[in-house]
Amino acid sequence: MGNLFDFSQAAQLLSLGFVQTALIAGAVLGLVAGVLAPLIVARNMAFSVHATAEIAFSGGAAALLLGISVGYGALGAAVIIAIVLGLLSRRDTERDSVIGVLLAFGLGVGVLLLSLYTGRSSNKFGLLVGQIVGVDSSSLALLVGSSVVVLVVLAVIYRPLRFASVDREVAIARGVPDGWLTVVFAVLVGVATALGVQTVGSLLVMSLMITPGAAANRVTANPVLATVLSVVFAEVAIIGGIVLSLPTSVPVSPFVTAISFVIYLACRAIGGVRTTPILAART
Amino acid sequence: MTAIKAGVADARAADGPHPDEPAVRLSGASLHYGRRVLWDALDLSVRPGEFVAVLGPNGSGKTSLLRVLLGRQPLTSGTVRVAGAAPGVGNRRIGYIPQQRVLDASVGLRGRDLVGFGLDGHRWGTGIGGRRARRAAVDAVLDAVGATDYANAPVGRLSGGEQQRLRVAQALVGDPDVLLCDEPLLSLDLAHQRAVSDLIDQRRRAAGTAVLFVTHEINPILPLVDRVLYLVDGRFMIGTPADVMTTETLSALYRTRVDVVRVRDQIVVVGAAEAGDCEHPHHVSA
Repeated sequence: MGNLFDFSQAAQLLSLGFVQTALIAGAVLGLVAGVLAPLIVARNMAFSVHATAEIAFSGGAAALLLGISVGYGALGAAVIIAIVLGLLSRRDTERDSVIGVLLAFGLGVGVLLLSLYTGRSSNKFGLLVGQIVGVDSSSLALLVGSSVVVLVVLAVIYRPLRFASVDREVAIARGVPDGWLTVVFAVLVGVATALGVQTVGSLLVMSLMITPGAAANRVTANPVLATVLSVVFAEVAIIGGIVLSLPTSVPVSPFVTAISFVIYLACRAIGGVRTTPILAART
Repeated sequence: MTAIKAGVADARAADGPHPDEPAVRLSGASLHYGRRVLWDALDLSVRPGEFVAVLGPNGSGKTSLLRVLLGRQPLTSGTVRVAGAAPGVGNRRIGYIPQQRVLDASVGLRGRDLVGFGLDGHRWGTGIGGRRARRAAVDAVLDAVGATDYANAPVGRLSGGEQQRLRVAQALVGDPDVLLCDEPLLSLDLAHQRAVSDLIDQRRRAAGTAVLFVTHEINPILPLVDRVLYLVDGRFMIGTPADVMTTETLSALYRTRVDVVRVRDQIVVVGAAEAGDCEHPHHVSA
């Protein structure tokens, strides 16, 4: 254990520029993922986030092969697949099968592209499990810029989107444009997922996009509080994960997923003990 | 409990529908799905404050009628006006109580959030601003339907009857001129059936809201109903319950022998398979 968690070494590492860049990237990602997660959970979109992440991986693989930035490749692929999923899956009954079909094909393409790539194998590994300390200033600019766009768009559509997410029939009757809100939200999730692929990797992005929201929903039904908790959980997971991984040779993602999972278990336990919500404070 | 009324009747007179205009008017209205005729040449005019029950077997187009009024389904022919306008999604003068669907326990939503959506859920933005005004309106309607006690509990953990009270509050918080209810009593016990239908009745008496109440079971609302629209197989009959709920009228509508028996203050329909049985939609053809 002494070698795995050497905290004096970690403190030293924290003063390094690339580590600070990684922490900023993690904090921004935690904010975006934390805000989106309760909505993703309310809309039952866990599987579509998984599919979007895997296809963002294929986009990243294509970018590696073409020699362009992995971030742009992942982003482009995630946005395209988000639009396709949003348009094709308006009927709940066929949503899962459509996602499954596209996920399998997209992942196959990704594996092919990766096998054609002859560069550094750590780049390949990084796509799957993340390479947050490899985030440079241009990727950070992309990450921050995209995050601002996601949060601004979400602020505009937030209330009708939540209405349609939990109470679709009445929302449509009240004039909420559920059809295109579904597509817009899928694109927002796609962008956030692509950003996550770069940092925690496509295999584990769900630990930031789903788990914090699922955990928050276990302990409160207050939507504002659920969003705040979800952001806190996501930040603790990603920042904690980065700090804990620093003195080790292990990627950040196992730490992020472990912290996320522990938070989720704790929230389940709390939510199970109390049948009434402990945090149902009025807003 | 305070009376269910948001008290803007005066303000409404200026910009609302003409007082003499019916709350709902269908003229020569037909709805066909392909070759199937749900109803044909339907003329129906509902006055403000009137309580109209829409009855009929499954598949007779009761819910489709509500979809037409909500602007989600165009008529095949004929004209329709609702609350002073052509139907269109997002008509704020319409309150809508959907067919009961128990909300998922995992969804993070309190009773007051569900009700608040009825007030301003369609508006853009985060909803963080204007919370005080919304809170007052939501509190008032929660009190009116007697749901204050569980307003902060997760909706998914409430009973069907409690959820349905919240549904009524959600439909009323927008101060509607027309209230469209799709089987709002389904799967409720007798006490809750009475409580929910009384809430709707109070509203239409206090605020002159016209009520279209789709149901397969008229007895729980029989004392409240002004008129019945009875749909069967493309045919229909409109009139008071005393006119429509008779052996002669229903036998003619169903084109088979149907007996209508009054037992105490209940109406029992024998021979029309829909009576109290919505599990077998194909029972209807005699």
